[in-house]
Formats: sequence, structure tokens, C-alpha cells
Amino acid sequence: MADKEIKLMKGNEVIAHAAVRCGCDGYFGYPITPQSEVMETLMELKPWETTGMVVLQAESELASINMVYGGAATGKRVMTSSSSPGISLMSEGMSYLAACELPCLIVNCQRGGPGLGTIQPSQGDYFQACKGGAHGDFHLIVLAPASVQEMHDFVELGFELAFKYRNPAMILADGAIGQMMEKVVLSPQKPRRTDAEIEAECGPWAACGKGNRRERNICTSLELQSEKMEKINQRLQTKYATIEAAEARWEEIECDDAEYVIVAFGSSARICSATVEAARKQGIKVGLLRPITLYPFPAQAVAALAGRGVKGFLSVELNAGQMVEDVRLAVAGKAPVEHYGRQGGMMFTPDEALEALKEKLLK
Amino acid sequence: MSEVEIKRENLVYDKPRLITDDVMHYCPGCSHGTVHKLVAEVIDEMGLEKSTIAVSPVGCSVFAYKYVDVDWVEAAHGRACAVATAIKRLNPDRLVFTYQGDGDLAAIGTGETIHAAARGENIATIFINNAIYGMTGGQMSPTTLLGMKTATTPYGRDAGLNGFPYKIAEMLVHLDGATYITRQSVHTPANVRKCKKAIRKAFENSLAGNGYSMVEVVSTCSSGWKMSPVEANKWLEENMLPYYPLGDIKVSELPR
Ligand SMILES: Cc1ncc(C[n+]2csc(CCOP(=O)(O)OP(=O)(O)O)c2C)c(N)n1
Ligand code: SF4
Ligand SMILES: [Mg+2]
Repeated sequence: MADKEIKLMKGNEVIAHAAVRCGCDGYFGYPITPQSEVMETLMELKPWETTGMVVLQAESELASINMVYGGAATGKRVMTSSSSPGISLMSEGMSYLAACELPCLIVNCQRGGPGLGTIQPSQGDYFQACKGGAHGDFHLIVLAPASVQEMHDFVELGFELAFKYRNPAMILADGAIGQMMEKVVLSPQKPRRTDAEIEAECGPWAACGKGNRRERNICTSLELQSEKMEKINQRLQTKYATIEAAEARWEEIECDDAEYVIVAFGSSARICSATVEAARKQGIKVGLLRPITLYPFPAQAVAALAGRGVKGFLSVELNAGQMVEDVRLAVAGKAPVEHYGRQGGMMFTPDEALEALKEKLLK
Repeated sequence: MSEVEIKRENLVYDKPRLITDDVMHYCPGCSHGTVHKLVAEVIDEMGLEKSTIAVSPVGCSVFAYKYVDVDWVEAAHGRACAVATAIKRLNPDRLVFTYQGDGDLAAIGTGETIHAAARGENIATIFINNAIYGMTGGQMSPTTLLGMKTATTPYGRDAGLNGFPYKIAEMLVHLDGATYITRQSVHTPANVRKCKKAIRKAFENSLAGNGYSMVEVVSTCSSGWKMSPVEANKWLEENMLPYYPLGDIKVSELPR
């Protein structure tokens, strides 16, 4: 394969290419619109013949996330992808993955809910992705791509962060990012890690057969003694605090002189970048803060803008107002924080977001 | 009591090398301990200590990983066969087996079990069928016999009220991917020996890449059944075995 390849591709297809190219060991999934192209593309690519990557269509999302759990427990780079209803079925597995501190990558190409909902784009799973979404105190690392290129880049970044912190990572995309076609620069093919490399990186914990290690490894989340279980919880929380301090990522567009700031992620952010331009043409100084990591939420960036006197924040989301809660917490009462959004698979135009900003913040 | 010294040459029974020194939590007379011993012996005799990845369930054997000295992955309730599927596919040279109870395997994990078998995954399942949810205090399981009293069938399992029990081993026979399905027990020394042979055969079948294997062990749960260990063995013979008859149910080659 050539070193640098530029292609026109769908976001979902790119996930598959990026997975193979970054040396992923295994993908386990179950079809659901609007993300089925991920597995379809992998099956077409036949990576088992080139890199040796395993691709398996499971019988359910319950099975696919538990396959991810099994693979991750042996130190492999494994992933799955789905869309909202399927992600709900995976929530049990995510709790176990987080509890056992297993690295893996989960892609959620969100669609509108609740229930079976619609197959059109939505950002209604923000709470589910960022606030646990299953039993117990835990967090996923959550990345929000706003372009097909980021769909590509976040596969490798997701694995990198997942292994750095031994924590499941999620790409929280949506039907728009998954289905749209854009130019993408594909990374060169990396080899999968060898058994020796996995042993060097994951030897202290991966249950891949005792081999020549003296101590055996056991992957479990069970601890019946509350004193010990509390310690495990505290260790997890310490890890999350480290992640919050070190890994928040965001992009600021025209925020330097902004009087009003839109906070938006993923496809909403793409639309809102045009809102910023439209507002500035009308002489309204609007900026855009785009969280790239949703967990950890870039609260420090929001707080800094609030601290230097931004007059109002508008959280624009394809939902009824979820991230707005984190924006409010970060702004801490220093300025009004409002929400604008569409639901059920409806999108908004840049002008509609601008109208909402004027109505809610400039009255 | 006076100390009795047992001379090495008089030793007729020893703790298997791969059984750890952890104090087992199983009740007296429980089949789990016996089957653990067999699993440990077979792994040792086959020289697989360093290349085994075992998957434990949620149920009384949730702590199986404490007792058998190999690498273990603890699965969520019912998910063992999905977990094992990926482990084996990503680590094809390892022995990968699941160890599961009837609630874990035949209720909440039915889907995962059937599909792993249907795909012909090269894994083995040790299935402890004690016809009850031992761990949670003796409730009805899918394999609870009609008339049997449990915490959730206090007047006895009634088909109209609670549905019929079922034989998952016989169901699996119809799947091309399932090639070795056998039902054993450990309630007599002779049965213990037969069961051990079956476990070995299942492990060999997995390593040969010949698809899915299951060794069902018709087991006792003296606590859940509210019987002494001796009564439980007798009850097993008189009640469980007529409905869950012992022996090989399917021995075949994977269709190519
Ligand atoms: C999702 C979920 N549901 C329920 C339970 C509670 N639970 C633990 S073990 C068990 C039944 C175990 O029965 P079985 O598999 O027959 O094993 P045994 O204890 O009899 O060996 C149940 C219902 C659980 N841990 N997780
Ligand atoms: S409750 Fe039953 S299955 Fe559990 S350890 Fe006791 S006898 Fe064994
Ligand atoms: Mg049971």
C-alpha cells in the first residue's frame, strides 16, 4: 500500500479502513443503520488475508460487546461499532470493560431515539456515552468527530487513549458523519502488534495464557469485600481524574473576540461553523467552541471563556439539551447558558441556529 | 486426634498440581469441586497449563478462577461463549473453554451458547447442570425438573405455571458446528472417571479445530436441593438421570 492515500469516502467506510491500517486485531459487530457500512467494508477488505485481523458478525450487540471484552482481556486491539439501540444492548458489557480496565474501541453512529426511533442522525446519546450509561461509577473516554477525516484519525487516537489508560474509548459520531462522503487522507498500513509486543505492553494483566510468565493473570470485576471494592473504585476515580486533567481536547473558532459562544460537537459543530460566519457578517461577534473529547469535557476551555466575559453561551445539539448541563456547570453562573436543538433525526440550518442565538441571548 | 503420617507409596489420592491452595467456597457434596479437580487434572495431563485461557461464569462457580491455576477471564452472566469466541479466534493456538451453570448457559446465555455452537467455534463448554440457581439461593432454572421444589417454585415446578424444563444438549445436536456433545455425572467414582475422559475428549476436539464441544455434567446442589450430600447423589440418580440420561449424544466431524 502507498504511504499516503487520499480518497473520497463515507465516514463509516473510513472507520473500517482506519481500523485495518492502525493494526486492529479484531472487529465484532452486528448490522444496524446508519453504521452497517463499517462491517460491510471490513468484509470487503478481507483483512484476515493481509494483516490477520479477525472480523466476525455476531448474533447480537450483546454478543459483539462481549466478544470485544474477551479479545480485550487477552491484550488485543479490538473494536465494535453500532448505532443507538445497539449501543443500549452493549451497556452491560461497557460496565464490565470499564470495571476490568480493558482497552477497546466502540463506535456509536447515533440515530434518533428513544426506542427504535429513526435512522436519521441525532446526538441523543450524549448522556448515555458521557455519564456512564450503565451500572456503576465509570466513564468511557468519548471522542466526537466532526469530519470524515476525524472518523479516520480517532480510530487510532481512540486505541491510543484506551491502551494508555486501560479504559474503553468511544467514538460518538452520528448518522450524518457516518453517511457523508468527504476527502480523507488514509494513514499508512501499520503491522499488528506481535505476541511479544503484546506481552511487553499488556503482560502484567492480559489473560492470554500463562506462557512463560510466573504469575497467572485473571480478568475479573468481582470483589465481595466492600473495603476492597471501595479501593478499586477509588483507583478508577483517580484514573478518571488524571484523564480529566490531561486529555480534554477542543477546537476554538473565532473565540478570541467573541461576545457570544456556541458550544457544539460533531455534525452540529460543522453546521455551527457556518453560523459563526453568518453572525459575523451581521456584525455579531460569535465564536464556536467545539469539544473534541466529550469525556473528558473541556470544562476548562468553557470556564476560561466565561471568565473573560463572554456574554452568553448557546449549546447547540441534536437533542433536547444534554451537553448544555456540562456547559452550565463550567460557566458556573457567570453568563446565561441556553440550548438550541432539533430531535428525531431533524437537522438545523446555520441560519436557524443564528436565529435561536439572537432570540435566546440577544433579546 | 493423633496425627497419621501417610507414606508416599501408600498415597492413593493427591490434590491435583493445578488446584491452588485457596479454600474452596463450595458446599460439602457440591459437584463443582469435583469437576474443577477433573478440569485441573486434564489440563495438567495434556500439558496445557501455560496455553489455556479459561472463561468463568456468574453462578456458584464464579470463583472458579481462584482454584484452577491457569489464566482466566470472568464473563458477565450468560456471556461466556461470546467472550470465549473472541478469545479463541484471536488466540487460535490456546485451549479456550467455558465453565457454566444451567442458569448461566441455558437461561440468560442461551443465545450466546447456541450461536457459538452453530458457528462451530473451537471452544469447549463444561456445563454444570444442577437444575437450580445455586448462587442466588436456589431458585428455579430452565432445567429444574417438573415437580421439583425451589425458592421460586415452592409447591414444585408446574408446567402450566412455570413451563417445561428443556435439554439444551439434545438441542445442540442439530447444529453442524457442534461436534462433541456428551452428558456425564460425577456422583460415583466410575462416573467421575468417565467424566474426566469426556473432558479430555472435549479439549482435544477443540484443539483439533473440530468445532464446538460440550460436556454436560448432571450435578448436585445439596444446599439448593436441601439434602445431605448422600441424599443428593441418590436423588440425582433417581430423578435427574431418567430425564437427563448419561452418555455421548453426538460425536462427529465438522462438515467441510
Ligand atoms: C445480569 C445478571 N442477572 C442476574 C444475576 C444474578 N445471578 C447470579 S448467579 C445466577 C444464577 C446462577 O445459576 P447457575 O448458572 O445455574 O449456577 P449455579 O450457581 O447453580 O452453579 C443469577 C441469576 C447476575 N449476576 N447478573
Ligand atoms: S449452593 Fe449448590 S451449587 Fe452452590 S456451592 Fe452450594 S451446593 Fe454447590
Ligand atoms: Mg445451576
